[in-house]
Amino acid sequence: MAKVLVVTSGKGGVGKTTSTAALGAALAQMGQSVVVIDFDVGLRNLDLVMGAERRVVFDLINVVQGVAKLPQALIRDKRLENLWLLPASQTRDKDALTEEGVERVIADLKTKFDWILCDSPAGIERGATLAMRYADEAIIVTNPEVSSVRDSDRIIGMLDSKTARAERGERVEKHLLVTRYDAGRAARGEMLSIDDILEILATPLLGIVPESQDVLRASNVGCPVTLNAASSAPARAYTDAVRRLMGEAVEMTVPVERKGLMDRLLRRRAA
Amino acid sequence: MDATQQVARQQVRMRGRSYVAFVFSPVVPVVSWLAEIDATLGKSPGFFTGKPVVLDLAAVDLSQAAIAHLVGSLAERNIRILGIEGVDESRLGANMPPLLTGGRACAITHVEPQKPQPQEKNKDKDKTKLPSLLLESPVRSGQSIVFAEGDVTVLGSVGSGAEIVAGGSIHVYGTLRGRAMAGINGNSAARIFCQKIEAELLAIDGYYQTADDIGDSLRNRPAQAWLEGEMLRITPLN
Repeated sequence: MAKVLVVTSGKGGVGKTTSTAALGAALAQMGQSVVVIDFDVGLRNLDLVMGAERRVVFDLINVVQGVAKLPQALIRDKRLENLWLLPASQTRDKDALTEEGVERVIADLKTKFDWILCDSPAGIERGATLAMRYADEAIIVTNPEVSSVRDSDRIIGMLDSKTARAERGERVEKHLLVTRYDAGRAARGEMLSIDDILEILATPLLGIVPESQDVLRASNVGCPVTLNAASSAPARAYTDAVRRLMGEAVEMTVPVERKGLMDRLLRRRAA
Repeated sequence: MDATQQVARQQVRMRGRSYVAFVFSPVVPVVSWLAEIDATLGKSPGFFTGKPVVLDLAAVDLSQAAIAHLVGSLAERNIRILGIEGVDESRLGANMPPLLTGGRACAITHVEPQKPQPQEKNKDKDKTKLPSLLLESPVRSGQSIVFAEGDVTVLGSVGSGAEIVAGGSIHVYGTLRGRAMAGINGNSAARIFCQKIEAELLAIDGYYQTADDIGDSLRNRPAQAWLEGEMLRITPLN
């Protein structure tokens, strides 16, 4: 049974696209067939983070409007053969998306894949509401700071009222993914702690992704962090999150960097 | 009592108040509809004088000039229009009564039978409404819960940027981080209770305090707010 997941946050810049790519790749690494859809029409980024920007021919808007067929727009990942991308259009805007069109595309994808990950744009407007519209489950990406947490609270309210499931009287299962977490700063009180965030949002925790240079490096080379640096702390956090998504009981920890002697020597030389 | 908040300065009061208005629903031809009004006025002159009257134009398609003429014709009969319903805002000129929305039908006492009757089909539904509202899930940022009929009870928390508006008291069994406005219809006996107070704004019957006015000694603990005369007081609950 295919599952439709929306990766959303309300606030921009918290790591929705990075997380979509990392989670999608981690699911594919576990043998699942996965498609990631970029809903950020006009400001597409997922293709860059996935390293597929030079292979985009048709996009989501073309498929929604019937200009192209779904198999023409889907791009297969070069590293993982069961990971696919449905890119957004950069030349159009969110008004080009229609509710019926998105419903049709998602219904079509459900017959072909195990997991459909929708990368939501920031904000609470048309793009974001359409990305969550047909979701079965939601991953809310939050940074440990007050503005991000409040925006997530708003998005959770919308997931409970504006989705097709909510309108049918069903629930959208929600998972909280805390990204850019710095245990040191949280301990010094410079950041909200995980307990604070959970107390405010009252939503089950899916994972804690530590702040790391590896994430930025992976985005810059166009490779999801779970592929680019599989043993890094953020990659392990995303992999644990995916195992929890698949129903495994994995102990909740904040993965830390494994610093070897060579690492430290190299870092010193680089500085 | 040192934890009690007393605000001595002059406060702006915001209050809600509802009135029963007559709704006129003109039908075409408007001339004969006006004749009906004249017939009613003939039987009881001055019946509409000083009464709030709303014009519902949903059943007719009138131009801006025609609406202006109709409002003028009613004014000649000493009927002043409070607001207009069921028409696009663009059809209303600057000197016309404002557009009204969200009206609810209700019974009017002492109305003669030939007067345009408001639809009374919602009357029974209103009666069966419960005097209190129970919310079992948290109220999220951006949500606004308005329940003018009575008390609101929230089992979870009220998020920062959320809003609860109640005719009666407000009970929050989680943390109150948003706004709570109790007793909006002039009920000064209404109170606000919460398990943990971090509110952005508390108001009872129009008297309010913002987060800045609420002392730090009260924060993060169970508290209640009530009105003592014209003073909004907040005290810890334990």
